[in-house]
Amino acid sequence: MAKILSKSCLAPAVYEFLVDTPLIAHKCQPGQFVMIRTEENSERIPLTIADFDREKGTITLIVQAVGNTTKHLCETFEEGDDILDVVGPLGRPSEMGKFGTVVCVGGGIGVAPVYPIARAYHELGNKVISVIGARNKDLIIWRDKMEAISDEVIITTDDGSEGHKGFVTDPVREMLEKGEQVDLVLAIGPVIMMKNVAATTKPFGTKTTVSLNTIMVDGTGMCGGCRVTVGDETKFACVDGPEFDGHKVDFANLMQRQLMYKDQESLEYSCGGHCKCVEE
Amino acid sequence: MRGGMRNPMPEQPADVRNKNFKEVALGYDMKTAVDEAERCLHCPKPLCVTGCPVNVEIPNFIAAVKEGNMEEAIKILKRKNSLPAVCGRVCPQENQCESKCVLGIKGQSVAIGRLERFVADYAREHGLDNVDNEKAAPNGKKVAIVGSGPSGLTAAGDLAKMGYDVTIFEALHAPGGVLMYGIPEFRLPKEIVQHEIDSLKKLGVKVMVDAVIGRVFTIQELFEEEGFDAIYVGTGAGLPHFMNIEGENLNGVYSANEFLTRVNLMRAYQFPKVATPVYVGKKVAVVGAGNVAMDAARTAKRLGAEQVYIVYRRSEEEMPARKEEIGHAREEGIELRLLNNPVRILGNEKGWVTGMECIKMELGEPDASGRRSPVAIKGSEYVLDVDMVVMAIGQGPNPLLKQTTHDLETNKRGNIVADENGATSIPGVFAGGDIVTGAATVISAMGAGKKAAHAIDEYLKNK
Repeated sequence: MAKILSKSCLAPAVYEFLVDTPLIAHKCQPGQFVMIRTEENSERIPLTIADFDREKGTITLIVQAVGNTTKHLCETFEEGDDILDVVGPLGRPSEMGKFGTVVCVGGGIGVAPVYPIARAYHELGNKVISVIGARNKDLIIWRDKMEAISDEVIITTDDGSEGHKGFVTDPVREMLEKGEQVDLVLAIGPVIMMKNVAATTKPFGTKTTVSLNTIMVDGTGMCGGCRVTVGDETKFACVDGPEFDGHKVDFANLMQRQLMYKDQESLEYSCGGHCKCVEE
Repeated sequence: MRGGMRNPMPEQPADVRNKNFKEVALGYDMKTAVDEAERCLHCPKPLCVTGCPVNVEIPNFIAAVKEGNMEEAIKILKRKNSLPAVCGRVCPQENQCESKCVLGIKGQSVAIGRLERFVADYAREHGLDNVDNEKAAPNGKKVAIVGSGPSGLTAAGDLAKMGYDVTIFEALHAPGGVLMYGIPEFRLPKEIVQHEIDSLKKLGVKVMVDAVIGRVFTIQELFEEEGFDAIYVGTGAGLPHFMNIEGENLNGVYSANEFLTRVNLMRAYQFPKVATPVYVGKKVAVVGAGNVAMDAARTAKRLGAEQVYIVYRRSEEEMPARKEEIGHAREEGIELRLLNNPVRILGNEKGWVTGMECIKMELGEPDASGRRSPVAIKGSEYVLDVDMVVMAIGQGPNPLLKQTTHDLETNKRGNIVADENGATSIPGVFAGGDIVTGAATVISAMGAGKKAAHAIDEYLKNK
């Protein structure tokens, strides 16, 4: 059990939870995730550790209410409540080092998992250029935090309500076309965004890392539900990832696999998620 | 001598049970149990005991059953076997104790497994199984058990009885390992597993769930920071194997681990009352022929699949599953496609399974395993009409612990290298069960846990 120490709304349907998990906070590294279970009948879902404070023993989770379990968490859990299970830290930590100039791309709530990695890049002396993308300005999260650890922050919105009108791929392409020195691109966000960023950087041969948030049951290598095709190999996102070479990931296969339970999810929605209408 | 035939096990009718998750075998009643116990010859040199990986005093417990003294019977069973209700259900007795029974030469062996189950169930239902009166005084030493499957539970129980302060660390949210996530309710009710775990807790064993060792604590930290004096690693064979054939990452292809975990641990069969979904096709192929394959096939049938195939590249004789489970599967309407091997899985434009191309096989010369090796018959490819495939071709060791424990020696398959007592390359770290041997049986894992518990005791006494 892990107590929620605070909850705040960052954007419509996007919440920040500060969770008391001393053991995980003590050990986690940028790029790792936890599996959570909200209550007895809950699914196990993976959430990336968006921030951590080793001294206070807390981790920060950013949750968008999109699926059954995330909705349940966002809509019914408040400060002081306990999350039934929080397991971690899972996954391999991000590859760290002094690469030179790193472009960190966060799409939507993808900014949250980007943040601790970008911060670590920054602390290691890399030049960090952050690109934050959102559909509109209300959906931009953690701009201040990103600014504090970036040498430069570029904002893009689909509707132009803030920053550059367009997609995160635009500034990335611009930098590469201008011949600016970019040693590494990190992209985390919706699968389609990661796919497009990888496609943008590929002609330039710029190393591009993506972090995959796949369907998982256990998160410890046991189920294989998270398998992705990387190059010619099948990898498990939970134990081999979640970070992979964006130029090798078969995004089409990944997008198809993400739809595995679409029909069942809509069945849940039709009765409002955690309803009791189907009690035995 | 009564000899002859054993008492049959009452079961749910096949066409009823293949639609529910209740236990298939219903168990003996007292009268049948006593009658079966009376078949035992009480051989002066009981061979059955030598067939048991944990050397249960079989004739003695059967004698107690014969007298109707269940309190004594459970005490005798529990002296050697901390999980009799589990073993009575899932042990391959036909290859172990019962295969040695003298009665089996001319007729049928004593139904030792069924009697074991009866005693354990009777004791549980009548509150007779809290037999921790043999527990030694606390000795002040701490032992960590990594993994709460049959091996870890056995080691924990034995060490607690010896007076050790035992903590089990389990990565999932519920203890029990494969007994919880793998073996289905209809073969091993989860209530029974829970009861066994509760019994361990009464013995003073602490259980910490949601704790992935290697991550939240490394092996070194368990020693240096958490103050453990010895560690037993029983992390099992949790990493599912795939065939690496075309189409394996299509939607509708599961590892048996995932399919069974969704249904057993996450109770997806109650979806949408519980939130974990599971996809079940109308026509399902399960690839493989071990107990896990039978479990997956029978589970798919129970979840409404109209047609379920077991696809196996060898013949029935080589099937690793228990005969009884193969029989149960057949009775429930599972079709065996023997001497068939998948070549690739076919999908539609949306990425869902639409069929599995198989090739027919014939048996050639014996291979390294001593079994006749299957050879493909050229040009015999055909498409099996299925919309779901479950890969049940075995599991390997989980890499998580090794990733952060570099000095723990493993072999090329990733299994931990341990001697016959479970000692590993790190002093004070012992290991056993599937993580050492590769995927095997519940009872062999328990046997390893038992041996290691004694080895740990020796190690700590001499330290």
